[in-house]
Amino acid sequence: MDVTHTKPPITHADKPPVTGAGPLNGLLTWVDQRFPLVALWREHAADYYAPKNFNFWYYFGSLAMLVLVIQIVTGIFLVMHYKPDAAQAFASVEYIMRDVPFGWLVRYMHSTGASAFFIVIYLHMFRGLLYGSYRRPRELVWIVGMLIYLMLMAEAFFGYLLPWGQMSYWGAQVIVNLFDALPLIGPDLSLWIRGDYVVSDATLNRFFSFHVIAIPLVLLGLVGAHIMALHEVGSNNPDGVEIKANLGPDGHPVDGIRFHPYYTVKDTFGVMVFLAIFAIVMFFMPEFGGYFLEYNNFIPADPLKTPSHIAPVWYFTPYYSILRATTSEFTYVLAAAVIGYTVLIWRSDYGRAAKAVAAIVAVVLLVGFFTIDAKVWGVALMGLAVLVFLLLPWLDVSPVKSIRYKGPLYKTALGLFVVVFLVLGYFGTQPVTDTGTRLSQLCTLLYFAFFLLMPWYSRMDRTTPPPSRLTH
Amino acid sequence: MKTLRVLVAVLALLPPVAFASEAGLKLDRAPIDLHDIVSLQRGAHTFVNYCLNCHSAGYMRYNRLQDLGLTEQQIRDNLVFTGGKVGDLMKTALNPLEAKEWFGTAPPDLTVIARSRSSEAGSGSDWLYTYLRSFYRDPKRPTGWNNVVYVNVAMPHALWQLQGEQVLKEAEEQGPGYMRLVHRLVVDKPGVLKPAEYDQLVADLVNYMTYMSEPARHDRVTIGLFAVIVIFILVALSYALKKEYWKDVH
Repeated sequence: MDVTHTKPPITHADKPPVTGAGPLNGLLTWVDQRFPLVALWREHAADYYAPKNFNFWYYFGSLAMLVLVIQIVTGIFLVMHYKPDAAQAFASVEYIMRDVPFGWLVRYMHSTGASAFFIVIYLHMFRGLLYGSYRRPRELVWIVGMLIYLMLMAEAFFGYLLPWGQMSYWGAQVIVNLFDALPLIGPDLSLWIRGDYVVSDATLNRFFSFHVIAIPLVLLGLVGAHIMALHEVGSNNPDGVEIKANLGPDGHPVDGIRFHPYYTVKDTFGVMVFLAIFAIVMFFMPEFGGYFLEYNNFIPADPLKTPSHIAPVWYFTPYYSILRATTSEFTYVLAAAVIGYTVLIWRSDYGRAAKAVAAIVAVVLLVGFFTIDAKVWGVALMGLAVLVFLLLPWLDVSPVKSIRYKGPLYKTALGLFVVVFLVLGYFGTQPVTDTGTRLSQLCTLLYFAFFLLMPWYSRMDRTTPPPSRLTH
Repeated sequence: MKTLRVLVAVLALLPPVAFASEAGLKLDRAPIDLHDIVSLQRGAHTFVNYCLNCHSAGYMRYNRLQDLGLTEQQIRDNLVFTGGKVGDLMKTALNPLEAKEWFGTAPPDLTVIARSRSSEAGSGSDWLYTYLRSFYRDPKRPTGWNNVVYVNVAMPHALWQLQGEQVLKEAEEQGPGYMRLVHRLVVDKPGVLKPAEYDQLVADLVNYMTYMSEPARHDRVTIGLFAVIVIFILVALSYALKKEYWKDVH
């Protein structure tokens, strides 16, 4: 055979050697010639230019990563000692708290970390609402972020069953029973989720599997995608100004600074402050007044004894309130709201197709409100309350991104939304009262109004023109 | 009506007096001190002698009581009555099925009861301290005992020989412009201990049960102090580092 090689042989010497790593230069050069080590480092750290005016609200992204790592590492150690078995689960947690050296520390880190995760994520999401971080071209950053939030809720829900206390058990029972309400497939679906007619050992085993394998894998993938999407379009900032619009002679944004070392060192400071607060809670008030570790959960799960008051953990309570607020009389209010909203769409300058779709959806909903059980609408509203965040990039039509240049309408709406979220959260922890239900219903309407009326109020708002450069 | 008459059923405990409104019983604060080793030892002694006959503390090992300054030998000699090993869990000899037949329900495990009984009304320790002093004679109950903290409780008064027998007295109490119905617990037949001594015994017992609900608590607080101090130093250092790096950002 006569084979002629037309291409020159591939040499590893094409890439310049790594410098600046002292005795590791040789090793890193060897790796870099076989793996895009330097390119990745440059793209995501050293040559990633971030706006230089990040404020307090910009700490929570890196903090979320930190908490994710804490949860994964402590989780690995907990799984070494925990038994996903209905007969042993509760005892194995107490075994971790007593007999495993420093097991109590690992467990408290994990339980405090769960709540810390949601605090950090809620503040991180609020930053997005403040500065319009979901706006073009960052729609995918936002959507992937929302998927992370959804996965996080699933992760927390599955994980909460594992200690096998009364709240674990009955909380899971209540939430899985929600699927019962769905028409046609409901009962079969909830049976399929539980793997039994009640929450049982079968449920515990599958929830364990989801909690330690399935959801964390998806979560890690999504976090990677979130960061890749962010680094593709670049970070937003408190002014909502695109720094890439002002490039210096070196081709880098004049208002940007390298992520490393500037933000690595700044985030390190943020991490330390966070850890200080985290440690104070974890070491001195791990139960956090019954909010992080519910008192009832120190009673082993008993399928025969329903607790008088079942409340989800605090981070789910705003949605739980929306679920409970949707009584059958509330469907009349919802019907009125749907009619009002459809009229609003028809009187606005939308295309004929959009108006037709709105009318059809409205008719379907109105028929649904009076034929399908209110419980179903409660579940639907609860789900919608989370999913509606996904639409934000298209609901907000303001000419500016940042709240600094938005007008009084958006500022009021956002302020009100925060209050509504907190009020719903509070009532979700409390037993049902008439006042509580009425206020939750009002807050449910306001919650959805914040999103669904945004196309109108964000357009009408009196904005001020943003500067062309960052204010620093 | 000459005067406004408000009839409120109020439960009041004697001694010491505690008041409750219709909103719920007010719990006495448990006078406990987790640093008081002697009190914890006395509590452990009461616990294994009285509670462990029916209840388990099934997540707690006897030899963990070395935390309370006892040696394994002392634990074996004075606290392990079941003939088991010192590393065993504190299991009761009572058969749960028989217990269910006798009391209507199996006695709950007490290892973490001091944590599970916490509520807005007070800590789990407060609940236990009040509960264990609130049994009274009630001929309507199968055991002959009732409790104002846990109404119609299945548990009989295990410490009755020490406390004596209380009864629930009902009386009308005249206040300025109102009259109300007051319930008071009164010692009817005195026990071996004087009321103050009994309160102390219960306080020691609750102290022990609070310790047992989280034996790592002492380590948690000690290590926590060190950890927080170290982290605060790191906060200061990382702040200085950030300042230094950011000098050239304008």
